[in-house]
Amino acid sequence: MDLNYTDEELAFRDEVRAFFEEKLKPELAEKVRLGTGLSKEDMEGWHATLNAQGWLVPNWTKEFGGAEWNAVQRHIFDEESARYDAPRTVPFGFSMLAPVLHKFGSKEQNDYWLPRMLNGDDWWCQGYSEPGAGSDLASLKTKAVREGDHYIVNGQKTWTTLGQHANMIFCLVRTDSTVKNQEGISFLLIDMDTPGVEVRPIILLDGTHEVNEVWFTDVKVPVANLVGEENKGWTYAKYLLTHERTNIAGVGYSQAGIATVKRIAKAEMAGGKPLMQNPLFAARVAQVEVDLMAMATTNLRIISKAAEGAAPGVEASMLKVKGTIIRQEINDLARRAVGVYAMPFASEMVEGTNEPLPDPHDAGPLAAHYFNNRKLSIFGGSNEIQRGIIAKVTMGG
Amino acid sequence: MNFELTEERQMLQDTLRRFLKDRYTTEVRNKILDSDVGMSADIWNELAELGVIGALFTEDQGGFGGMGFDIAVVFEELGRAGVVEPFLDGALLCGRILAHAGQADKVEAIIGGTLQLALAHGEPTSRYDLNYVQTTAKGNVINGRKAVVMNAEAVDTLIVSARTSGGAADEDGITLFAVDKDAKGLMIQGYALLSGGRAAEVTLDNVEGTMIGEEGKGFALLETAYAAATVAQCAETLGAMHTATNLTKEYLMTRKQFGRPIGTFQALAHRMADLLIEMEQATSAVTRAAGFLEEDARTRDMNIHAAKNLMGRAGRLVSEEAIQMHGGIAMTQEYELAHIAKRITMADHRFGDTDHHLEKFIALSAA
Ligand SMILES: Cc1cc2nc3c(=O)[nH]c(=O)nc-3n(C[C@H](O)[C@H](O)[C@H](O)COP(=O)(O)OP(=O)(O)OC[C@H]3O[C@@H](n4cnc5c(N)ncnc54)[C@H](O)[C@@H]3O)c2cc1C
Repeated sequence: MDLNYTDEELAFRDEVRAFFEEKLKPELAEKVRLGTGLSKEDMEGWHATLNAQGWLVPNWTKEFGGAEWNAVQRHIFDEESARYDAPRTVPFGFSMLAPVLHKFGSKEQNDYWLPRMLNGDDWWCQGYSEPGAGSDLASLKTKAVREGDHYIVNGQKTWTTLGQHANMIFCLVRTDSTVKNQEGISFLLIDMDTPGVEVRPIILLDGTHEVNEVWFTDVKVPVANLVGEENKGWTYAKYLLTHERTNIAGVGYSQAGIATVKRIAKAEMAGGKPLMQNPLFAARVAQVEVDLMAMATTNLRIISKAAEGAAPGVEASMLKVKGTIIRQEINDLARRAVGVYAMPFASEMVEGTNEPLPDPHDAGPLAAHYFNNRKLSIFGGSNEIQRGIIAKVTMGG
Repeated sequence: MNFELTEERQMLQDTLRRFLKDRYTTEVRNKILDSDVGMSADIWNELAELGVIGALFTEDQGGFGGMGFDIAVVFEELGRAGVVEPFLDGALLCGRILAHAGQADKVEAIIGGTLQLALAHGEPTSRYDLNYVQTTAKGNVINGRKAVVMNAEAVDTLIVSARTSGGAADEDGITLFAVDKDAKGLMIQGYALLSGGRAAEVTLDNVEGTMIGEEGKGFALLETAYAAATVAQCAETLGAMHTATNLTKEYLMTRKQFGRPIGTFQALAHRMADLLIEMEQATSAVTRAAGFLEEDARTRDMNIHAAKNLMGRAGRLVSEEAIQMHGGIAMTQEYELAHIAKRITMADHRFGDTDHHLEKFIALSAA
């Protein structure tokens, strides 16, 4: 056992740090740090910067322009990325769809879609959930009926993250209603400029426009956009979900979050002293820090197994649950720390306009973030669903 | 012992609940939230006519209630409906200060619904400490800055606290002043609040005010008014928690996944049960705080600190669990629970948070 990074890993970390020092613009990092909302251009710009470095898609094979990093390298990158307040990449194309295409798509599909992803020609979003099909995803009803060279798609998806920026959506659709739910689902790539596709915004409780409803009325989708075989979509979807769970523990975000909380609590005054010296508040911070230290090591233990090729199974669910609890706890500490200044509504700030907010000027979005991040334990398989998986895998049933 | 409401309070509760249910729907409130002023003058007037403000003051003061239980009844109903109009600050808090300072005519106008005030007391570094005042006054000329002043833009007159003697944390030497909204040197920079309504940063640059009460004796006025306001805040939160748990109960029974109502999954059913247990705790804590408001200061304060601490913890549990058990739907601004959860959570940022009141409780209980 050795709890330290190897020399090689340290060298890699230095390289990553040098990259952030040189290429991450302070204005962009500031936006990430304050959580003031990134524009489409901000995100696309960062994708391009990473792509120029060859680091946009660390999980892809070199053949398609990937970096082929192992799990530890990816972890180091994520950790540093959070430390430098770099934007995270939009995962739907790079780390969700691409692995599915890689494994189940045709050569034509890979040759066509993957380079476009790298170039930023397409913005992908994920069309899984429906109003009636959340945790019970397999009960989805959006229907695709084959007519000659096309499928005709009717139905509604919801919670589609950043669908307002997207031109492409990968969808789970029902192609057979006569069989068991899981056996009649197909995986379709749909061009959102096709007539009959309509995107309607959903405003979240913190005032942000982050998710959407996507409606389909007689939308014609070429059969060439079917991934793999008809009615095998559920298998692909499950495969994708395992990829959705990489970096699931969010250790880097939590470490950056704790640092922020401490910075605020050192500046914030309580009873004539810095809040960080208040025993009750200090205990709250320390408690989370203790949990985070252990979880960071849990994460590394699991990652180094994965680096040796073992697929993370039930551990991914464990990391999801613990990781989100810790992140949400840190959001809670941050809003507590700023006292009455948690109250101003920073939606203007979240949306990126310039209405001045009271000092301390980074207090503005903290309560909004606390509310926004309640999503962490709901999406990507809710924490209840994850606990169900852990129980089922370890105790059967 | 008797835990029943008196007939008058029961009537007030029924009237208010009915009125707000009909009149203060999610749609109506969302319009108010979207408006520039962040409140509805019509709602204010209609509620004042129903006696919402009168109930907060004693007969001597021109009202018809004024006890802790009256305050609790009113604010629990306002909390259930997620009302954003600033009755707590504009009427109760400021009204109590003026009543104790003997300004009967002003109190009468508040009860009539024609006068609203704003209290500019907290400062950027005072956090939740009532005694911490660095704004200064020489004679009646005030200099300093006040933080997150509720309702400041909407009123004609602000009540401003300033130090006329002593050190930053002394209870003695705080003096209250009435300051005209248009006074020279007064700057009000307003913003919307996350859970509805508006507040402002207020800066005073050689602003002239008129003294309220005695010089240097403002702390006592603030302390009694804050005690009543904290009871009101706890009751409001309790009302909001009732709405959150009711919505969640209904949703668990109607939302189906995997072919059955999600409330039939034991993982959720037990957590719903935990929320209901906490609701009973919260109800008792608020009942105690309201019932002891007129007792000696130590009894009063022990129970208020206990209540605000418990409401902070139970409120957080209820709002987070209600959202979690709803799933995505609770994350949308349109859904009633979103606003209610914000009211519950942001209440912990008013009149002292969970930790602040625990410290105060320790100081009394360990003494
Ligand atoms: C901000 C946000 C972004 C999202 N982005 C996307 C996206 O881009 N694309 C996409 O397809 N989807 C997206 N989702 C949808 C997300 O995956 C779903 O919200 C999630 O699957 C939960 O479904 P639901 O909201 O319908 O809740 P429900 O499934 O109705 O669940 C309600 C509650 O019941 C619990 N529950 C359900 N079944 C069980 C059970 N068997 N045992 C115990 N408890 C149970 C849940 O855990 C939850 O607490 C997003 C959601 C949010 C909030």
